[in-house]
Amino acid sequence: MASVSPYSNAPVLDLEALARRREVKTNVLLTVPALTVLVAAASGPLLIMLIFSFLTPGDYGGVKWELSFDAWFQVVLHRDIFDDTISLADAHLSILWRSVKLSFLTTLVAFILGFPTAYFIATRPPETRNIWLFLVTIPFWTNLLIRTFAILEIIRNQGVINSALLGMGLIDAPLDMLYTDIAILLGMTYVYIPLMILPIYASMERLDFRLVEAGYDLYASRWKVLKRIILPLVKPGVIAGSILVFIPSLGAYVTPRVLGGGKNLMLGNLIELQFGQGRNWPLGAALSLTLLVIVMFALIFYVRSAQRETH
Amino acid sequence: MPANGEVPAIRVEEVDKIFGNDADRVVALNRVSVAIEENEFFTLLGPSGCGKTTLLRLIAGFEQPTAGRILLQDDDITRLAPYDRPVNTVFQNYALFPHMTVEQNIAFALEMLEKPAAEIDQTVTDMLRLVRMEQLRDRRVDQISGGQQQRVALARALAPHPRVLLLDEPLSALDYKLRKDMQIELKRLQHETGITFIFVTHDQEEALTMSDRVAVMNDGNILQVGPPHEIYDHPSERFVADFIGDTNFLPADIIERGGDAVSCRLESGEVLAVPAGVDLPDHDRVTLAIRPEQVTLCETAGDATLQGTLQDAVYIGTDTHYRIRLADDSLFTARVQNARGRAQLFESGDRLGIRLDPEHVQLLKD
Repeated sequence: MASVSPYSNAPVLDLEALARRREVKTNVLLTVPALTVLVAAASGPLLIMLIFSFLTPGDYGGVKWELSFDAWFQVVLHRDIFDDTISLADAHLSILWRSVKLSFLTTLVAFILGFPTAYFIATRPPETRNIWLFLVTIPFWTNLLIRTFAILEIIRNQGVINSALLGMGLIDAPLDMLYTDIAILLGMTYVYIPLMILPIYASMERLDFRLVEAGYDLYASRWKVLKRIILPLVKPGVIAGSILVFIPSLGAYVTPRVLGGGKNLMLGNLIELQFGQGRNWPLGAALSLTLLVIVMFALIFYVRSAQRETH
Repeated sequence: MPANGEVPAIRVEEVDKIFGNDADRVVALNRVSVAIEENEFFTLLGPSGCGKTTLLRLIAGFEQPTAGRILLQDDDITRLAPYDRPVNTVFQNYALFPHMTVEQNIAFALEMLEKPAAEIDQTVTDMLRLVRMEQLRDRRVDQISGGQQQRVALARALAPHPRVLLLDEPLSALDYKLRKDMQIELKRLQHETGITFIFVTHDQEEALTMSDRVAVMNDGNILQVGPPHEIYDHPSERFVADFIGDTNFLPADIIERGGDAVSCRLESGEVLAVPAGVDLPDHDRVTLAIRPEQVTLCETAGDATLQGTLQDAVYIGTDTHYRIRLADDSLFTARVQNARGRAQLFESGDRLGIRLDPEHVQLLKD
């Protein structure tokens, strides 16, 4: 760019430069609210958690400002209080495993139930689609805790299902459904399934159903059309739905607390325990950051698999 | 060319198609019957909403008829699913699978039919050669032009070698030049593959150029079926005459019914002996159809059938169109081929005569 513009000395250009500079200034100013939110609401708290995870727990909660790596150590390892032998922290690992397992299963079940639902809604006449979508979102109007207690009421030993089965004489003793992993799975699927249905519906609505007809025309059975045409084309929606279900499931607190009782903890409950009765804030902070890392890896995995398909 | 004496490729028998329920029901097809011969280029022609696409979708299996049946040779396919019929469709918008390459699109039906890999590969190669698209085998379908997509859609539908190929206005999205090329191309493909083509269009010129036979449809009915020249020269109904090409309509009264000819008296008092091509109506009031290019213009005096005043003349290169106002104030169009180096024959306001050749006057049923 060595060439000199024949108009480089024209005053018009200076005005333009001035305007450009003013524009830059305006742009910076416009980003301030977004930056404030990012720093104050996202990066700030995260930074506090990161610092806390390297401090010593206070006697009555809180932290003492003494550097310590104990919290990170305790996330996966356990030091025996008598002979100082180091072993894996089985309790933490089993909770971690249960969290990942249940979140994965929740995502899977939500997909298996949500996909046909989204398909059903997308194939209704346009006037009635909104009614179905409205019905899907109705549970959001009620508090999560109340919805979870409703599930509890249905599956507890004296609950709706057991009373009905006992009444009909199909079983002699109530089935133990409450306070199991299945109960947590049921509760989380119920709570998060709209987050699976809505993005899949959004992709499905944009799907050109003439392609489905073309598939049938070219000798594809219903199953083949689903597998070879519909699924690949609504994949972005499936991925978005999976992310939206998997991530909150991983950090779920209320559902495992109510339906899992005290014994079937998930990561969210374990973290709460450290900030509450455990009085070990640094461990709580370290566990939270562990959760964050798991989520990040899960996201990278999802996005990668999405990109592989589209290119 | 239609083969005589053989079982037709497709027979549509007394088919009704009614959409909607009692409150707002729409009769898309009304007692439609038609037989399409083996190896024929058959065109369903009509304005939008006439039921031509519905008939095509019934043959493809996307819709079920309300009444009647559809036979493929001797098999009743009325209730078969689209994937159980050896019939393929070229869709109006092509409906190519956007997540697949050209090759994958063409191979799709063959994979669904579980053909061996080597055969699939060979067929794809053959099809690409047939539609002259060899170089674009590995392209994604959104990376090729509309004309190329059209060819891929054709190759995809022809690859499983269907007994009948259905084409739903496949050329309507192409520009004029490309459409002309594709018309010739389609004709060639039909000839080379020997597959029966059923082609849907609203473009009368396209229908006349490409078809072995044309069925003209309106309002859910097939009005006339025949080779293009027959449809053009001997339209049976006013709608057909009006829809295909330009036509002048003259009211007339039958005054004498003979064996081969019918004497009609025009409004002007002139009597014409018209060939009785169609079933004659019982009533005497009829309409005569005359193509603008099949009349001769002359000076007022002499043996002219009709007289009028020239309103205007439009020069369009090969021809000049003269619009003549007749005694009853209606307009009559005459098309005269231009001879080289000769100026316009008449000037606006001239009195002139129109000479009709009875051979070229068509008596219409309605």
